[in-house]
Amino acid sequence: MSAANNSAIDIKRSLIDAILAGLISLIVFGPIVGVVLDGYSFNLQPTRVAWLVAGVMAGRFLLSLFLQTEKGLSILQGFEGGGSGVHVLAPDYKSRLRWIIPMLIVIAIVFPFFANKYLLTVVILGLIYVLLGLGLNIVVGLAGLLDLGYVAFYAIGAYGLALGYQYLGLGFWTVLPLAAIAAAMAGCILGFPVLRMHGDYLAIVTLGFGEIIRLVLNNWLSFTGGPNGMPVPSPTFMGLEFGRRAKDGGVPFHEFFGIEYNPNLKFLFIYIVLFIVVMAVLYIKHRLTRMPVGRAWEALREDEIACRSMGLNHVLVKLSAFTLGASTAGLAGVFFASYQGFVNPSSFTFFESALILAIVVLGGMGSTVGVVIAAFVLTVAPELLRSFSEYRVLLFGVLMVLMMIWRPRGLIRISRTGVTPRKGVAP
Amino acid sequence: MSAPILELKELDVFYGPIQALKKVSMHINEGETVSLIGSNGAGKSTLLMSIFGQPRAASGQIIYRGTDITHKSSHYIASNGIAQSPEGRRVFPDMSVEENLMMGTIPIGDKYASEDMERMFELFPRLKERRNQRAMTMSGGEQQMLAIARALMSRPKLLLLDEPSLGLAPIVVKQIFATLRELAKTGMTIFLVEQNANHALKLSDRAYVMVNGQIRMTGTGQELLVNEDVRNAYLGGH
Repeated sequence: MSAANNSAIDIKRSLIDAILAGLISLIVFGPIVGVVLDGYSFNLQPTRVAWLVAGVMAGRFLLSLFLQTEKGLSILQGFEGGGSGVHVLAPDYKSRLRWIIPMLIVIAIVFPFFANKYLLTVVILGLIYVLLGLGLNIVVGLAGLLDLGYVAFYAIGAYGLALGYQYLGLGFWTVLPLAAIAAAMAGCILGFPVLRMHGDYLAIVTLGFGEIIRLVLNNWLSFTGGPNGMPVPSPTFMGLEFGRRAKDGGVPFHEFFGIEYNPNLKFLFIYIVLFIVVMAVLYIKHRLTRMPVGRAWEALREDEIACRSMGLNHVLVKLSAFTLGASTAGLAGVFFASYQGFVNPSSFTFFESALILAIVVLGGMGSTVGVVIAAFVLTVAPELLRSFSEYRVLLFGVLMVLMMIWRPRGLIRISRTGVTPRKGVAP
Repeated sequence: MSAPILELKELDVFYGPIQALKKVSMHINEGETVSLIGSNGAGKSTLLMSIFGQPRAASGQIIYRGTDITHKSSHYIASNGIAQSPEGRRVFPDMSVEENLMMGTIPIGDKYASEDMERMFELFPRLKERRNQRAMTMSGGEQQMLAIARALMSRPKLLLLDEPSLGLAPIVVKQIFATLRELAKTGMTIFLVEQNANHALKLSDRAYVMVNGQIRMTGTGQELLVNEDVRNAYLGGH
């Protein structure tokens, strides 16, 4: 069997593949690598180009040969048969997650004892993006409404804390629910005009909304401080501050509990609260997808006309998706602001929206586990790639392309536990 | 017979400048099976959709059980006892059969869900075999059965069916109409929009013939079935 397959390897085809790839790489690398500007003239560097092209050709040749072997063929088939859509599990299916989740919780509890400040901040950032990803997942993944201005709600949360502190003297704990409500209301306001829109048009309008918020923050100097940004207070625990010395003669946290001062305390605190919030959001989302409203979102994504013919109020369904998604981003914004201790509009550019969308798409539209993993990959990867700082965005792009080739439907395909009618309720 | 469950009075519907329905008046009595036949573009589906307010009628009235629903929102209409199986089936492709049926209970809540689901499985035994299968993976006939069952899950007083025979093999069409006949016997009021005049007329108590947005003819199913004009136009003259 394998012998027959081996003899079927077509070296000529591989050679042609390699030459084609070589030509393309010549076109791509020739001007970029081969011509180096030197003042007003330029130097030609043919050897560098030759090495690169040779590398590409050799790689393509080997790849082509490999794909003709039995293993390669099976991989190719995997690409073609990618499968589509949601995988519906039997209603009584027990997933492996029920072992993994307690394990993760244990790891999360043990983790801070071993982590240094840097690691802690990276994980906090990761968790913030998990929150953002989960929120956008409701809007894009479940309800199928493409929102490119999601970062606006994130900004509303972050600035909510900064402005609330500046003008009203509100602290972290007061703003946390308020920011969620404010962002939810903004989501509602955005939701109304875009109710009639689908796909591309919706994307453009939401993109505009995101930019409007950023531009307002950037240009309203007297209120938001414009590009100079605003300071954000450190969070407190029952009124105890985490600094070395508390303001206004208060007692700082470490003195109150008689422990030694630790500059990481603030981050440790944010980490713990954030972790609890993420867990709560995960649980709420898990329940929502099993409730009628969750099914309504998915139905809306699949077929709006059918939804309406069945008496679904599509206005309410869309608005609820927008509102819930936005309020999650508001929460994330508060954490982001207190983690940074400072906010300015440059944290809320379109790139950020695109990154969050990338998290949802790479994670697998609508898949919670996938979004969590993707959020960590996309926030931790840039940190790991710090030593290649110049090539970071390039590597990032390559990573995304590779993921899309290997997993066109996202890291984790949505698998949904089927819904059955509740037992014992029929009269 | 009692007052009509649904009555259309002089309904005008436009798509932009094009008038799709011209002064259409008709009525459906409780417990009746009424069908509307006509060729492509006659306005059959438009009529059905305008009962749901999409598109809205420019003038005229739609009266359902004594209330004027001409300007009510679609979801209000749907949650008050009119259910429809839309043209082209439109089941939710990524949901399983059971989940699709559950979606049908949205207007009334899931109080009767498990009971009704069993009823649907009796009516369409094929669906029972496929209860955990995704709708996308089923054949056209099975999807049509699912669409009808889903509409029935809201315990409607009036069932609107838009071309249930669309793109189905003759034998499957026969099965579906047999089920509809069973359904009609239980007292369900059915309004059927069909191209397949032969099957539709045999099933119906009364029927309307629509040409170019106007009701051209009306009568009992038997009358129209033997009518010369109808035979020539819709039954291929045999």
